Amino acid sequence: MKANPVLPDMATVMEVVEETSNIKTFRVRFDDEDVMNKFTFEPGQVGQLSVFGSGESTFVINSSPTRMDYLQFSVMLVGEVTERIHQLKAGDSVGVRAPLGNAFPTEEMKGQDVTFIGGGIGMAPLRTLLVYMLDNRDDYGKITLLYGARSPQDLSYQEDIAEWIGRDDIDVVLTVDNPDEEWGKNPHEKVGLIPNVLKEINPDNSGYAVTCGPPIMIKFTLMALNELGFKDDKIITTLEKRMKCGVGLCGRCNIGDKYVCVDGPVFKYSELQELPNEL
Amino acid sequence: MACKFISNEDTNKWLEALAKDHVVFVPVEDGGSVTFRPFAEGRKPVLDRMPVRSPKEAVFPQTETLLTYKYEKDPENPERTAVSIKETLPRERAVVFGARPCGTRGMSVFDKVFDNDRIRDPYYATRRENTLYITLACDKVESTCFCHEVGSGPADTTCSDVLLTPVQGGFAAEAVTERGGKMLEASFFADGGDKCAEAEAVKKATREMLGEAHDYSDAPEKLMAAFDDDEFWEEQAAGCINCGACTYLCPTCYCFNITDEPTGTTGKRVRTWDTCMSFQYTLEGSGHNPRTVKASRLKNRVNHKFAYIPDTYDKHIGCCGCGRCIKSCPASVDIRAIVKAAQARSVKKESK
Repeated sequence: MKANPVLPDMATVMEVVEETSNIKTFRVRFDDEDVMNKFTFEPGQVGQLSVFGSGESTFVINSSPTRMDYLQFSVMLVGEVTERIHQLKAGDSVGVRAPLGNAFPTEEMKGQDVTFIGGGIGMAPLRTLLVYMLDNRDDYGKITLLYGARSPQDLSYQEDIAEWIGRDDIDVVLTVDNPDEEWGKNPHEKVGLIPNVLKEINPDNSGYAVTCGPPIMIKFTLMALNELGFKDDKIITTLEKRMKCGVGLCGRCNIGDKYVCVDGPVFKYSELQELPNEL
Repeated sequence: MACKFISNEDTNKWLEALAKDHVVFVPVEDGGSVTFRPFAEGRKPVLDRMPVRSPKEAVFPQTETLLTYKYEKDPENPERTAVSIKETLPRERAVVFGARPCGTRGMSVFDKVFDNDRIRDPYYATRRENTLYITLACDKVESTCFCHEVGSGPADTTCSDVLLTPVQGGFAAEAVTERGGKMLEASFFADGGDKCAEAEAVKKATREMLGEAHDYSDAPEKLMAAFDDDEFWEEQAAGCINCGACTYLCPTCYCFNITDEPTGTTGKRVRTWDTCMSFQYTLEGSGHNPRTVKASRLKNRVNHKFAYIPDTYDKHIGCCGCGRCIKSCPASVDIRAIVKAAQARSVKKESK
């Protein structure tokens, strides 16, 4: 832990990608090359972006530690801070406090099949792990991605998706609630709710399932995974809470005696069941 | 512990001497309540009752600047605006004089949370290191006092550097820490003599006034067993008006908010006391809120003190028993009664 855990490092926005009508992806580098070179993190860990004058918010680092040209954060426009972040352009300064929180159990998952189930902005934490696994492809079994959004225009990471679809070592299925005329021409393009499409795909239940998305989607996806026979300690999700300090001091992201910012954001379903019912 | 004596008159002189190179926080009358303010000549410390506000603000100010920032246009490239930030660590040396043992003990929770193997908050840790606690043992008790039930007592020395006990004509003084011992080398102190025995009698008598101690040791498991009993918590929270007075006055409540305060192109990032009694405290950007009703917020406050902190920090109860939250609650919510009800609730359920 750094000498001053609430003091951000200054960074510069290198590139902004407009993903959807309300999601932008920011690629940033620390200004101090020494900080950039020494920076390490694990897939799943989060960071706080600072726009001074508005405040800080927590986002997952959705780039992969295997590709350290920049750190990537995807930000959905929901409030005051994210509105200011959305105004950032390439060349603008931003504060970064990272890495914070725990990570996906990449070691434990080695040799196993992995099914990713992402909904909306919930694709961000999955992206870091997916890219990491593709960059260490031999360490993992069959990889399946099911990614859903409201409409085709609400799917982020279009460039990545095109690349993944072109690969033969990952199965990609996309689903939307509201298709347009173009949608459905390719076999990987489905229409329907994520949990239903998941049951249709019927992935091998001996491996890991990693899911993130809106709370209601997570809830029904967990039920579907359960139905499909996935084991509770092989279902992994990441939680969100309102956070301020991000380092286990300010008190607000607790679930019982656990803090999502320190003990999470990554939790196994079996661990969630141990927590008091206050999600 | 060696015991010394200081007369009432010399106590004031001692404070004046300490105030030369410390900010000396003393309890003073302020708008009808007693609160800790920097000592100044002519400002009379109020030592005959427990201060309404807790002594935590000496090391955990209500508002504290974490950093300052400045936006600057790049003259070479006017499109670009760079930001520079500056860390603002506290420097002052302070003394807290006249806090009661319960209030001083409150720092034990801060110490565990803000300065441990995992993390060190430099703002808190710096202030804590630079602050001496001269604590005043109690010679009377109030109906809201329950220090003796949470592992403390009216002469508890936890987190204190010096413990004063009121005796005839002044105070018996004992050093608790090495730096406290150095303070007692000042010329204002005489040998304790028979004042020491008098002080011991005062401590014993006060402890006796508190009577038998209720046992809270099974509270963590009993509170967690009651977690999903909405009816129970709604009943406990019925009177609560979410004012947050309990949390602001509490010597162990440490939750905070972080906000930016801009003034043109410069500004500061500050942390301020926050309260888990507020709806906004856990309100997420999406509109989702894990604690929408006051019952769940009260539950969090009670559980944090009597379950989460003991479970995390080796059974250390996160409540110091000062009773401020009870005494100052406009709706008479009583944390003791709630925990006891949770303990009794389980007994009821089990006997069914």
